[in-house]
Amino acid sequence: MSRIESPIALAPPAIGAASDARPRADLARLPWTAFVIIVVAVLVAVFAPLIAPYSPTEQSLPDKLLPPAWEEGGSTNHLLGTDLLGRDVLSRLVYGARVSLTVALSALLAGGGVGLMLGILSGYFGGRVDGLIMRVVDATLTFPTILIALLLTVSLGQGLRTIVIAVTFIIWARFARIVRGEVLVVKARDFVALARVHGCSDLRIMAVHVVPNVMNTFMVLLTLHVGFVIIVEATLSFLGAGIAPPTPSWGQMVADGRGHIASAWWLSVVPGAAIMLVVLAFNLFGDWLRDWLDPRLRQM
Amino acid sequence: MQRYILRRVLQSIVVLVVLAFIIFALARVTGNPADLLLSEDATAEDRDHLLRALGLDRPLHEQLFIFLRGAVRGDLGQSIRYRKPAVEVFFERLPNTLTLVPLALVFAVVVSIPLGLLAAVYRGSLIDRVCGSIAVLGIATPSFWLGIILIYVFSIKLGVLPSARMGGPSHYILPVVTLSAFLVAGMMRLVRSSVLEVLDSEFVKLARIKGLSQTVVLWKHCLRNALIPVVTLFGVFFALLVTGAIVTETVFAWPGVGRLTYEAVIFRDYPLLQAVILLKAIIVLGVNLTVDVLYAYLDPRVRYASP
Repeated sequence: MSRIESPIALAPPAIGAASDARPRADLARLPWTAFVIIVVAVLVAVFAPLIAPYSPTEQSLPDKLLPPAWEEGGSTNHLLGTDLLGRDVLSRLVYGARVSLTVALSALLAGGGVGLMLGILSGYFGGRVDGLIMRVVDATLTFPTILIALLLTVSLGQGLRTIVIAVTFIIWARFARIVRGEVLVVKARDFVALARVHGCSDLRIMAVHVVPNVMNTFMVLLTLHVGFVIIVEATLSFLGAGIAPPTPSWGQMVADGRGHIASAWWLSVVPGAAIMLVVLAFNLFGDWLRDWLDPRLRQM
Repeated sequence: MQRYILRRVLQSIVVLVVLAFIIFALARVTGNPADLLLSEDATAEDRDHLLRALGLDRPLHEQLFIFLRGAVRGDLGQSIRYRKPAVEVFFERLPNTLTLVPLALVFAVVVSIPLGLLAAVYRGSLIDRVCGSIAVLGIATPSFWLGIILIYVFSIKLGVLPSARMGGPSHYILPVVTLSAFLVAGMMRLVRSSVLEVLDSEFVKLARIKGLSQTVVLWKHCLRNALIPVVTLFGVFFALLVTGAIVTETVFAWPGVGRLTYEAVIFRDYPLLQAVILLKAIIVLGVNLTVDVLYAYLDPRVRYASP
């Protein structure tokens, strides 16, 4: 930063710092249950090989369809029972956490990143660029974008790359719209005008002055969308458009167990409950982070 | 007004054309679309034959022309699985979805608006907290899982409701609840927050000062204005329903176009999938267009404000 001699370019004040009534950055208000669930889910995903008692893909037909340990006929060897092919449900759940979280996070970063960039361009340049991008945003938001995701799967094949592109397509517009709104606010501030007078290029103003000021919003948006993306990923897996089997993912486990709900309820119920808990936790955590960092987003 | 309608119609057409381009490009991006059509044991001769039959041996721009011409004429190719024109398969299934989706929409509105209103009026009370919890849970629950849980509880354990396929009125209960759950959660939150905002406004205070009863203030002055955001977001809600119908119809073996979409994916029936997507897009765009025009007609601010 030493290359810039003018005081104008010194760290632009964070938006919201001066604005009124920001709720106290209160750790006591942190939703602890949600936070613990998130930490546990992440730890499980990272240390999956150490935690899972069995291989998630190893089949053992003699042990097929064992109920969970607390049900009649269950054993402590398979705490959450086994599936149709005799695979341990707990191990699949643990590895599934890894797959679901990795896929969701990479897809989220890609989609959020695209939305951030387009939102900044749209807000910063205004005029025709803005008109065009916002028109596309509107069209995307009112379109069942999952159809495009399914089309991608059939033409590109199943896999991480396909899901990342598909999710990007589904979520970018939500990011772009809100980031654009923030950029409009930042753009009207004095330090941007002064930077322009000082001769900064558009690219430099966007990178140095605009991006840092929309980062809070962006982080909040990312957190608020983790749950959504996990559900999108699970839905795609459920529809046969997610990560290809036998790699376990939660949505696909629910789908596999669907036909056996009458005889083996745990096959669908357990992974679905895992999805719901984790999504709930991320949503509650995201709400807290929003109230802390960017309360104005409440209206969204 | 005419200018507004014209502009919205043009926009919808542009979206459709872009979508057609995406479908055309995606079929070709990973190789020859003929490979998507052929079964695995097809010979090289079969392939050549198919290439010529579909015009895939011609240059790309001619192919695009053929594709667009077919699309305009309502010819989107043969479904591989059903061995019938894909468009025909779609329209056979459409009526079954048209009974489900509007019911779910009505159900969502009937449930979420009174609840959202109550939650806002008795802010902080038990009912507000219950509604809040339902909303938070509703958003976090994947609808395919909700459907399975409902089947487990009501069809298998209690045995009171049918679990699959179409039939009498009781067949509608579980699919409608599953399909509208997410919508109920979202709408309830929206109604609650916009009612809170309106309750705080000058005209509601004036109505109160005038001595109007609570009922009149709430239902006439308050709810009417609070519903504006709900109407504005109709397009988003409708898109959610169309997405949700894919999952719900799959879970409940409902023979509509949602289930058809799932089948097209599972059987890698590309011609069927592209037809389903284009036709659904036309329906979604048509509905959005109609709602927007009605809305602009009712509220002049819309037709002047939007660019």
